[in-house]
Amino acid sequence: MSVPHIPILRRGIPYESLDVQTVSNVAGTAPACEVSFACADMIKHDLLHIGEARDALQKFRCEDLVRICKVAADLFLTDTLPVGSRGDLQSPEDYVRQLAMTSGLPHSLIRMNMKRLHGVLVQTDVILKGLTRGLDLSVLDKGYGDQNGSPVSFAAVTDCLGVVLPSNSPAVNALWVPSIALKIPVLLKPGREEPWTPMRLIEALKKAGAPPEAFSFYPTQHDGSGAIIRRTGRVMLFGGDDTVKEYEHDPRVEVHGTGYSKILIGEDEIENWPKYIDTIVESVSANSGRSCINVSVIVVPKYGDEIAKAVAEKLLAIEPLAQDDPNAKLSGFANPKFASMIDGAIESGLKDGAWDVSESLRQGRKRFQSRDGMNYLLPTIVRVPGWQHPLAIREFLFPFASVIESPQADMVPHLGKSLVVTAITRDLGFINQLFACPTIDRLNIGNVPTNHLKWDQPHEGNLFEFLYARRSFQIEQIA
Amino acid sequence: MLGFGRKNPGAAAVGGAVSVPASAQPQPPKNAVSTANPPLTPAAANEQLDAHLREIIEWHFSPETGCPFWLDWKAKAGWDPRQEIKTHHDLVKFDHFQDEWLRDEKNERFVPKGMGGRPFNVFETGGTTGLPKQRVGWDDYKHDYEQFGDNLSDEFFPRGSNWIMVGPTGPRRLRLAVEHLANYRGGSCYHVDLDPRWVKRLISRKQYDEVERYQAHVISQAVEIIKHRDIACIFTTPKLLASLGERISVPSQGLKGCFCGGTSMTPEYVRFLQVEVLENKAQFVPTYGNTLMGLAMSVPEELAQNNYSVTYWAPQPRAILRIVDPDKTEKTMDYGQYGRVELTTLTKEFFMPRFLERDEAIRRPPHAKFPWDGVGDVRPFGFLENKIIEGVY
Repeated sequence: MSVPHIPILRRGIPYESLDVQTVSNVAGTAPACEVSFACADMIKHDLLHIGEARDALQKFRCEDLVRICKVAADLFLTDTLPVGSRGDLQSPEDYVRQLAMTSGLPHSLIRMNMKRLHGVLVQTDVILKGLTRGLDLSVLDKGYGDQNGSPVSFAAVTDCLGVVLPSNSPAVNALWVPSIALKIPVLLKPGREEPWTPMRLIEALKKAGAPPEAFSFYPTQHDGSGAIIRRTGRVMLFGGDDTVKEYEHDPRVEVHGTGYSKILIGEDEIENWPKYIDTIVESVSANSGRSCINVSVIVVPKYGDEIAKAVAEKLLAIEPLAQDDPNAKLSGFANPKFASMIDGAIESGLKDGAWDVSESLRQGRKRFQSRDGMNYLLPTIVRVPGWQHPLAIREFLFPFASVIESPQADMVPHLGKSLVVTAITRDLGFINQLFACPTIDRLNIGNVPTNHLKWDQPHEGNLFEFLYARRSFQIEQIA
Repeated sequence: MLGFGRKNPGAAAVGGAVSVPASAQPQPPKNAVSTANPPLTPAAANEQLDAHLREIIEWHFSPETGCPFWLDWKAKAGWDPRQEIKTHHDLVKFDHFQDEWLRDEKNERFVPKGMGGRPFNVFETGGTTGLPKQRVGWDDYKHDYEQFGDNLSDEFFPRGSNWIMVGPTGPRRLRLAVEHLANYRGGSCYHVDLDPRWVKRLISRKQYDEVERYQAHVISQAVEIIKHRDIACIFTTPKLLASLGERISVPSQGLKGCFCGGTSMTPEYVRFLQVEVLENKAQFVPTYGNTLMGLAMSVPEELAQNNYSVTYWAPQPRAILRIVDPDKTEKTMDYGQYGRVELTTLTKEFFMPRFLERDEAIRRPPHAKFPWDGVGDVRPFGFLENKIIEGVY
């Protein structure tokens, strides 16, 4: 049986490489697609001409590109689109099945992510309004204009946005999509098991009217990723802590690493803790706990044991199910070794006063499970004695969180880097302390799950400010 | 411990460097390929190799002509290769040559008495840290590169034209060899140096930006010379060629032929260099070799028809490349199979039996131009096992 061949896109032109790799289903029993791989020097070579891609987008008005994104939203969600370079077509159900094969994600989560991506595309105008603080987008067409009565000018700081994507969550593609409406072409390096989502988004955008030249797509190895990171003017990079550390001071690179997102309950609200258990459970387990916006640390001033037990009890309902079961909420691991590595890391950390609350409730069932040829880790809540414990601030690719008891006064000084913090409190002093904390990227005050994003707020950096710089200017009439 | 043991004495080799099954007889090339000498049959090449082998063994293991290293080896090994090594199949009686010997032993111990006390060249390999490995030499590099030069196309490497070498010079054999090649074909050679030890050190420190700056520094020098001097031929490494292609249109600057070596190349990378960097106007000539061997050649005229999968043939009889089972290195792999590359060097200047390269390759059949086994799609040994897992995050 033939499978789609995912080509390289070189400024929109499909290119089949001689370096072809087969991506199999997670169980390793059947091929899902063939992928053309690019060498690093080809990427460098193509980047010499990336200005042509920018020129192609410059021919459009931002307003038109926003409309194209909105049209693409429905096409992505409902239409049958081309997939690969050999005439194959992909219905939405094909997409769900193909992505499930290679990523281990259950169909229900893929559909949820499809809706999220649809939501991003369809709200492109809202997103751009949030990113630009209401800028009239014709300013980007003309180069200068007026905002709130003041003359403004913005210049693009790059000819393209490089994006090194992960394999763990299709929704991250939401982060690069607005770049097209901002007239900046994209150069995407897909995760090994996930060429499907960026390719389907590209096809939807092309069908909606976006110029093909705006899309470069390079499945590649580490040296190719390096070429993208070093040679593109701006790059969005998904990676682990080591990667983050390497590039955290490079202004060209926006690093998306581990989130270490947290939920805090203030001393004023702790007696009401049972009301917030559902919010905590959703924050830990939505999208199978694979996102950087999932909570990995729960901090409370007291009732740590009770809260840990209540969250763990609710999470017991999340079990490995058939991938096409509509109730499936837990994803298998695309890399089968990864589950055992994570399991081992947790087991070796369970000492010095830490214990696995979930395991004690599962009556001896192990965290590591296999089903249908895939490996799973059951949701795990770990009670730790304090901030310094090795399992206190860890993030894994499944529903996992530690529960720490800490006086409220000690919370902010110990938070560290936190992509999202939900603070359940009405204490103004505490709230002000949180707003002043520079290591919190996104702050929710109140009973808000950490995975709830509002699109008029920038997420993990402001894409507009990343791609454009404000220029000072004045125009005098020449007599 | 120098490993003086005798490997499988009397064992019959399973396969051999030039064992040719009927199904793997060389096919005539689809495009005519000029040959400097009348073509040999594989059987005649075998006979030529075995005669050469016996002469070299006699030279290195005779007190009148041999070097202290191998004469001492013979004394401790308890067997005389002159008696037992009659054909290339017998080479498996030797243990693998250890390249550490080229660092740990003094160079004088590798000087054959038969060289008559002529001062020798010292050529280095490796050496990112500590003392590099060194080999002695006299005229081998000239023989190797003349043989290579005789196989170059006059259309793409015009006789009398000038060359530029952009790559590792310094203490390397390559520096003299490329200049000799240029002179042999009637031209002169310009040089731009690249220090690979410094590049490796930068990479180990993850100073990738510095690597790029250094590469740009090297390429800038090359571009200046290419633009202002009459140069038609270049030797460089694949990465430097690609980098040069970012700065200039290589064929538009008058370069017609590119002799390339240094690292493994996937077929896709070869296609990229030939079709996009050289714009299918200049000829790309990939080679495989090192200081210890000489130069294994390919057939550049056939790159496209072979889907850019490159096969290299050793400069036999002066060197033999064999694709061996990594777990049982006496065994030669079947045609079409990957195995580890084993190199034997057979010159009067240097004898090196069964050195295991840090590469693996596909065993390929003889070619009309080179009627002995070739090695194809060379890549670092353990490529699949060591492949970095992508997309874990």
